[in-house]
Amino acid sequence: MRSRKLLFSVLVLMLVMFGVFATAFAQEGGGAGLTIGFSQVGSESAWRTSFTEAVIAEAEARGINLLFSDGQQRQENQIAALRSFIAQGVDAIILAPVVETGWDEVLQEAADNEIPVVIVDRNVTADPSLYITRVSSDFVHEGRLAAAWLVQATAGQCDIVELQGTVGSSAALDRQQGFNDVIALFPNMQIVQSQSGDFTRTNGKEVMESFLNAVDPSTICAVWAHNDDMLIGAIEAMKEAGLDPAQDILTISVDAIPDIFQAMVDGDANATVELSPNMGGPAFDAVVAYLAGETLPAWIPVAGGIYFPDTAAEELAARSGS
Amino acid sequence: MRSRIFPLIVTFVVFVALYLIGFQRFPAFGTTRVIANFLTDKSFLGIAAVGMTFVIISGGIDLSVGSVIAFTGVLCALLIGELGMHPLAAFGIALVIGAAFGAAMGAVIHYFKIPAFIVTLAGMFLARGGAFVLSQESIPIEHPFFAQISDIYYVFPDRGRLTVIAVLFLIVLLVGILLAHYTRFGRNVYGLGGNSTAALLLGVPVGRTTIMVYMLSSLLATLAGVVYTLYTRSGYPRATIGLELDAIAAVVIGGTLLTGGVGYIAGTFIGVMIQGVIQTYINFDGTLNSWWTKIAIGMLLFFFIALQKFLTNYRGNFGLSRKRAVAPAGD
Repeated sequence: MRSRKLLFSVLVLMLVMFGVFATAFAQEGGGAGLTIGFSQVGSESAWRTSFTEAVIAEAEARGINLLFSDGQQRQENQIAALRSFIAQGVDAIILAPVVETGWDEVLQEAADNEIPVVIVDRNVTADPSLYITRVSSDFVHEGRLAAAWLVQATAGQCDIVELQGTVGSSAALDRQQGFNDVIALFPNMQIVQSQSGDFTRTNGKEVMESFLNAVDPSTICAVWAHNDDMLIGAIEAMKEAGLDPAQDILTISVDAIPDIFQAMVDGDANATVELSPNMGGPAFDAVVAYLAGETLPAWIPVAGGIYFPDTAAEELAARSGS
Repeated sequence: MRSRIFPLIVTFVVFVALYLIGFQRFPAFGTTRVIANFLTDKSFLGIAAVGMTFVIISGGIDLSVGSVIAFTGVLCALLIGELGMHPLAAFGIALVIGAAFGAAMGAVIHYFKIPAFIVTLAGMFLARGGAFVLSQESIPIEHPFFAQISDIYYVFPDRGRLTVIAVLFLIVLLVGILLAHYTRFGRNVYGLGGNSTAALLLGVPVGRTTIMVYMLSSLLATLAGVVYTLYTRSGYPRATIGLELDAIAAVVIGGTLLTGGVGYIAGTFIGVMIQGVIQTYINFDGTLNSWWTKIAIGMLLFFFIALQKFLTNYRGNFGLSRKRAVAPAGD
């Protein structure tokens, strides 16, 4: 009888301890028990999907109740999602905006209801007092890094064709600016053709085809794409035109998605600048810090490096594993 | 006549059922905030869908709606930002251009006997292309008028906001109902969609009515563009791609026959609200993929088209059997 009681007490103690550990574990990183709405642009690129997955996984690991809404690349869907989050009375909102303009009113509504908003990835033109901070990659830096590598690889002499991202998006504008700032320092580096491929593979391929028709392909030294997806489309276009991508025409792009590492393994791409998809962690940290009354910097940059074919096989294995 | 109103009743029942499903799972559905959000977030779609209802009742279709909204936004943003015009003047110019654009499409459809599908498809490309030619980028509008407009709203006791654009939507709805059911123009539109040859014989001015229907649709699409501009305080050439299809879906779910002649503006309103309920439910859930909105609307469309087919066949068979009964007597 006594031993039974003892056994029972030990079991209860173990359960309690497990419970304590479990909560301690869940609270690592902070934010457990919060309800946070996340409005994502859509699922237009492989990078966007890995970004979404990273945020969802991070929320799960922290014990955050995440409400996720895919905006299908339409601003009105995203605004409606934000209004729904506000109506539900979430603790915080994370917004990855499809376009920079047009958020003033809905952000004002969130502010009126004292719901903190963190902007992730692309920027917004709204008044900075309407959101607590912005977490994003430094697009200008990515453009500079891409240009710096190209300058070094070509000894400052290169005719470049450029595949721009979605017109008007801050990723496209800032990467272009960073890249152009650097190549402007080198008189023999110039962009000979530039058009929008809308961040998609099919458009990247089409635009590259038109570039190859517009100018003599042998005069093109490199293709600079604002994202990997467009570059993968461009690689196909080059192959169909009988060119050897990464040999006849150098490639540089941004994002570091698994497929670009595959292309490097196959010898079709030269370099990619990483756009870190792990913005969920810093965004949740910002919410937790804000709710704890801490002051936040206006911008929390997330850094990414540049990757080359020598590590492509390892990166591919690491990134497609998850 | 009873079979005409039947789809409208089914639409209403579907709306109530969906709303109750949402309310049962998320009590916040019962707040005025959610209902006011339906009206605000769907205002531009709703205004465009009222115009679309007239077009479909007349037996046509208008694919240019979404592009006209985007064009209006960019045009207004430029007129206000670059030329320093007062927003109301810019809206006026946009509405005149929109009406002229619609009238031109209607004239081509009538005088050249080209299917509305093709003419308005061309209109869709023209307006979208025009928007991109005006500006490749999204243009923010910094005019105090916009802040003033968004500061005007009626607050319900539980903090729901009835905004200016939501009220504008309700006014357009009301005017649309009056226009459809209590004017000569409305009767002409129904006559045209029922049977255009018979309508011509009965003295319906087919040409004028056709032109006016497309003019009205583009005018309302432009007004939807003005509302979208107020909604986002910017002009964005990529805005509302494919919105015309959402509008058509709302009209059909609302019980309007795609073949023309039968339909209700009020049904379209419920069709728009159904889309709002489904979207809100999925946003509230937060784990469902938002593309389920499209799947749900697709299934509803199938259901309502099947229902329409069933009802028209039923009427058709009835007519046929009467004819058969007459034929032997003639032998």
